[in-house]
Amino acid sequence: MSKTYFSKTHEYVTVDGDSAVIGISDFAQKALGNVVYVDMPEEGDEITAGEDFGAVESVKAASDLIAPVSGEVVETNEALVDNPRLVNDDCMANWIIKITLSDPSELDSLMDEDAYKAFCESEAAH
Amino acid sequence: METIKKTCLHPRHVALGAQMAPFAGFDMPIQYSGITEEHNAVRNSCGVFDVSHMGEVLVSGSDAEKFVNHIFTNDIAGAPDGKIFYGMMLHPHGGTVDDLLVYRRGENNFLLVINAANIDKDIRWMHECAEGFNVKIDDLCDELAELAVQGPLAEDVMENVLGIHCADLAFYTFKETALPDGSALLVSRTGYTGEDGFEIYARPDIIVEIWDTLMASGKVTPCGLGCRDTLRFEVGLPLYGDELADDITPLEAGLPLFVKLDKPGGFIGRDALAAMKAQGLRRRLVGIELADRAIPRHGYEVLTPDGTTVIGTVTTGYRGISVDKSIAMALVSTEYADAGTQVAVRIRKKTFPATVTSRKFYKKSYKK
Repeated sequence: MSKTYFSKTHEYVTVDGDSAVIGISDFAQKALGNVVYVDMPEEGDEITAGEDFGAVESVKAASDLIAPVSGEVVETNEALVDNPRLVNDDCMANWIIKITLSDPSELDSLMDEDAYKAFCESEAAH
Repeated sequence: METIKKTCLHPRHVALGAQMAPFAGFDMPIQYSGITEEHNAVRNSCGVFDVSHMGEVLVSGSDAEKFVNHIFTNDIAGAPDGKIFYGMMLHPHGGTVDDLLVYRRGENNFLLVINAANIDKDIRWMHECAEGFNVKIDDLCDELAELAVQGPLAEDVMENVLGIHCADLAFYTFKETALPDGSALLVSRTGYTGEDGFEIYARPDIIVEIWDTLMASGKVTPCGLGCRDTLRFEVGLPLYGDELADDITPLEAGLPLFVKLDKPGGFIGRDALAAMKAQGLRRRLVGIELADRAIPRHGYEVLTPDGTTVIGTVTTGYRGISVDKSIAMALVSTEYADAGTQVAVRIRKKTFPATVTSRKFYKKSYKK
């Protein structure tokens, strides 16, 4: 049974056992607009919670991807190389990287879907 | 703290749901429907931009022609009235104070259109340079608003939606005319997109009236500053702050066509440019193209092909919209400035190979 968590920098992580996929939230893809490039790490790279592991770019700007959790990259979503707009079409189905979690306790500091929804509403109000 | 300025069309932008952001001290629309859609509207049909943030200065008096020629790199002497010149104002050391358009209304009367970000600096500079000249320098920034109507269908829109007769207007000329209801305006065949098009200057209330007529027609797409930048970039037009700056000369920026080093009387900065030209330029503005999809952006480093030495900086870069490539303009050391030269660009943690190209990534479609 998988569960999805969200970070304050609008990445999500969907966890199934010690495996997880990371992408950007619907709020993030809407704020960015049409995605024209996704800069992804390589398989085998280590990512560290709180540090950037790539970027998602719209025509206008590059937005860093911040790792919500730490782990080792086991797969990158190659479909995004030629068709980065898939992130706009369905950001939850089109995750960016798949990792093996190195410290599942890091999930405790993330938000669940309800808390994230409330967080986005407060962001949008600014 | 300085308060942010708003153009006369600000409520219209907000009502259209535009994404607004501060630009050069003004709260401006960045996009309405989306940068890509707006960009394509200008390339294929007609887009309308609120460019009321641009500054307008009227220079008049018996020395007006002499004075403008003294502070301006292009040569306006003896030109026919109704003609427009593009050029720069320079510091004595050759760096660029601003790039601007000069509209010749008469021998003693010139309208100077300057960048919003430089309004205060430019007007101060003009006053400093005016000593000994019999000229009057009037700041019209608050009295004039401006729209740009751009794209292959711009002439049709001007004629048939607005009733402004302009089909006979040649590229880089203007006329002072009126709407069918008598409202006065100045219209020029100019723009900043690489497409045919017009710019309209008028009192703010008239500009609002024109905007409303255009929007009601359904024939135009409202366009924000986001696509204004992608459009001008693809045809290699410079933006002050990116390709031109107080420490970048127009020769380095590849604009010698607008610098008349030999005009009688010279101009401020002329000697510095002539010396620089004689010695050979240290750096030049070039185009670069990446094979990868990664996007070079303003401020990123340009390196030798082996990635060890910094040889320049990206001034503007995008994933092109009309040109589906990752492209940039960059200021690089002259020894790497020839088309075909291999260089590299640092994008975050990685270095990507790139090739020097022409800055004209996309062909202009002016109607001359």
